[in-house]
Amino acid sequence: MSDPADFTIAEAATALRSEDLTALELLAAVRRRAAMTEANIHAYLTIDVDGAEASARAADDAFANGEDRGPLQGIPIALKDNMVTRGLETTASSQILAGWHPPYDATVVTRLRDGGAVIVGKTNLDEFAMGSSTENSAYGTSRNPWDPERVPGGSSGGSAAAVAVGSALAALGSDTGGSVRQPASLCGVVGMKPTYGLVSRYGLIAFASSLDQIGPITRSVADALAVLQGISGHDPEDATSYRGELPDFGSQFDRGVEGLKIGVVSELSGEGTEPAVAAGFSTMLQRLEGAGAEIKELSLPSTAYALSAYYLIAPAECSANLARFDGVRFGLRLDGETVEEMMGATRAAGFGPEVIRRILLGTYALSAGYYDAFYGQAQKVRTLVIDDFKQAYEQADVLVTPTSPTTAFKVGERTGDPLAMYLSDLCTIPSNLSGDPGISVPTGVDDAGLPIGFQVLAPALAEPLMFRVAKVVEDLAGFDLKPALASSEGAAE
Amino acid sequence: MPIDIDIAKVARLARLGLSEEELVAYGSQLEGILEHAARVQALPTEGVEPTAHPLPMVNAHRSDEIEPTLDREEVLAQAPDHVDGFFRVPAFLEDE
Repeated sequence: MSDPADFTIAEAATALRSEDLTALELLAAVRRRAAMTEANIHAYLTIDVDGAEASARAADDAFANGEDRGPLQGIPIALKDNMVTRGLETTASSQILAGWHPPYDATVVTRLRDGGAVIVGKTNLDEFAMGSSTENSAYGTSRNPWDPERVPGGSSGGSAAAVAVGSALAALGSDTGGSVRQPASLCGVVGMKPTYGLVSRYGLIAFASSLDQIGPITRSVADALAVLQGISGHDPEDATSYRGELPDFGSQFDRGVEGLKIGVVSELSGEGTEPAVAAGFSTMLQRLEGAGAEIKELSLPSTAYALSAYYLIAPAECSANLARFDGVRFGLRLDGETVEEMMGATRAAGFGPEVIRRILLGTYALSAGYYDAFYGQAQKVRTLVIDDFKQAYEQADVLVTPTSPTTAFKVGERTGDPLAMYLSDLCTIPSNLSGDPGISVPTGVDDAGLPIGFQVLAPALAEPLMFRVAKVVEDLAGFDLKPALASSEGAAE
Repeated sequence: MPIDIDIAKVARLARLGLSEEELVAYGSQLEGILEHAARVQALPTEGVEPTAHPLPMVNAHRSDEIEPTLDREEVLAQAPDHVDGFFRVPAFLEDE
C-alpha cells in the first residue's frame, strides 16, 4: 500500500471504511511525514499531539460502532493559525498574541470536529494574513516543498505547504486578496475561496471583514468540495453569514464543459505574466476548447484599478479591526505611564513592519480630509469592479485567469519592495472585492519544476458550476506530480 | 495629486509608539504605496454608489435568547493584568 500521508480525502475515506486503515494509523502517517519535513518546510507553528490523537481515537471508535458523520471523519486536517482553537495556542503569526490560548473555538473548528475531522495543528501565515509569502510571520518563513529556497506563497503558506508535502491531507486557509488561491497555486495543490458569507467568520481573527473568507486547500477538486460541504452554512454568530439556502455544491460535478462559455479576462492574463505561466494557461484553454467549451476573450477594464482599490480598502478595514490588540484583554502588554503610552508601546513592539505599514495606511486613508479621495473613491471603484463582473457573466458562464502571474519566487526576493509583493495577488483580488467564488487548480510545472495554477471564477453562489469546470481542468491537466520532499523514507516508526 | 502625510499624527491616531527613525521610514514607504493607490482617482466615478460590502444585506438579527457566554475565569486568565474580575489598565483619567 502506498503511504497514507499521500492519500486524497476520498482515498482515505474509502480505506477507513474498508478497515484497511484506522484513523490512528492515518494520523501516524501524517505525523511521520511532518517529522521528516518540518525542519525544511516549517509549515506548522503548533502541532496538537494529544488533541489529534484523542480525535483520531474517537473517529476509530465511531467507525467501530457504525457511526459515520461523513467524508471528513478520521481525516487529518490542518488549520491556519488565524482561526481560534479553545485552549490551543493561536497567534496569527504575531508577537502580540504570543502565548494566547483562546477561550472558544471558531465555528469552522466546531464544524470540523462535529464532522469527525482530526485537527493536526496550526499552520504558519503572514502575520494577521497580511502578505503573499509567509515571510511576514513573526515565527519564521515557511518553505515551498517543491524548492525550499522559495516561498510557499501566502498568506496561507503553511497550510498549502502542509497539504503539498503530506503533513496534512487537507487544510483551511483564509482568503482576503488571494491568500488561499495564490499559495495553493505556488505549492501545486487546489485552493478555493467560497462566495462571501458561505463560511462563518466567527473565530477567524479579522483582517478585512468585507473581504475575508475561509476556504479549503486540498489535493483534489472533489476534496475541496467535501471540505466546503463540511464547513459552510449559516451561523448566527456571524452577522454577515449567508442566510439563504445553500447551493448543492456537487450538483453539476462530472457534467463536462461542452457548450459552456469560458471567458478569458484580458487584463488579468497579459502583461506581467511569466512566459511559462502564460504558456501553461493557453495550453489549458486549448484543451478546454477541445473538450467542447467556447473560449471568449473579455475585458474587465476596472480590474486594472482593483489592486489600488484593494490596497486602500483592506488596510482601512485592518486599521479598525486591529484596534482590539491594545494590551488590555489578551496578548502582549508593555508598560507605560498612561494608557495611551501602554497601548502605543505594546502595539509598536507587538506588530511586525507589514502590519504597522497597513495600519498606518488604513488610518491615513480613513482620516479626516483624505477619506473621500482615498477610501471613498476605492469603494466606488469596488462598485465598478462588481458591475464589470456582472456584465462579463452575461457573456460567459465562468471566467478564467492564471492564479498567480508567476511561479514561486525566492525567499527574500520581494521583501524589500512591498509593491512588487502586492502584485502577486493581481489576479485574485478582484473576486474578493466582488465577493464571488474562485478556485485554483494545478495544471503543470515550469522549466524549474515549479507548479503553475489555473484559476476559475464564477458568479456568487455558482459554486456548482465553478466545481464542474475546475473538475474538467483537473482531469485535462492530469497533474499527478509530487514534490521530491513528500516522502517518509527513513522515518522512525 | 502629491501625497502629503503627517506621519506622526497618523501614528498617534493608530496608537503606534514609533521612534523618529521609524516614522521617517514608514512615511516614505507610505508615500510610494499611496502614489500607486491614488490611481483609483483616475477612474471617473461620478454618480457611482460606493460599495462597503459585497452582499446586499440589511440588519441581521438573531433571536433574543439567553445562551452560555465565555467563561469569565478562562477569559481573564489570558489578560495581561486583572483584578477582582476586571481587566486592569494604568490610570487614564489623569491623562491630560
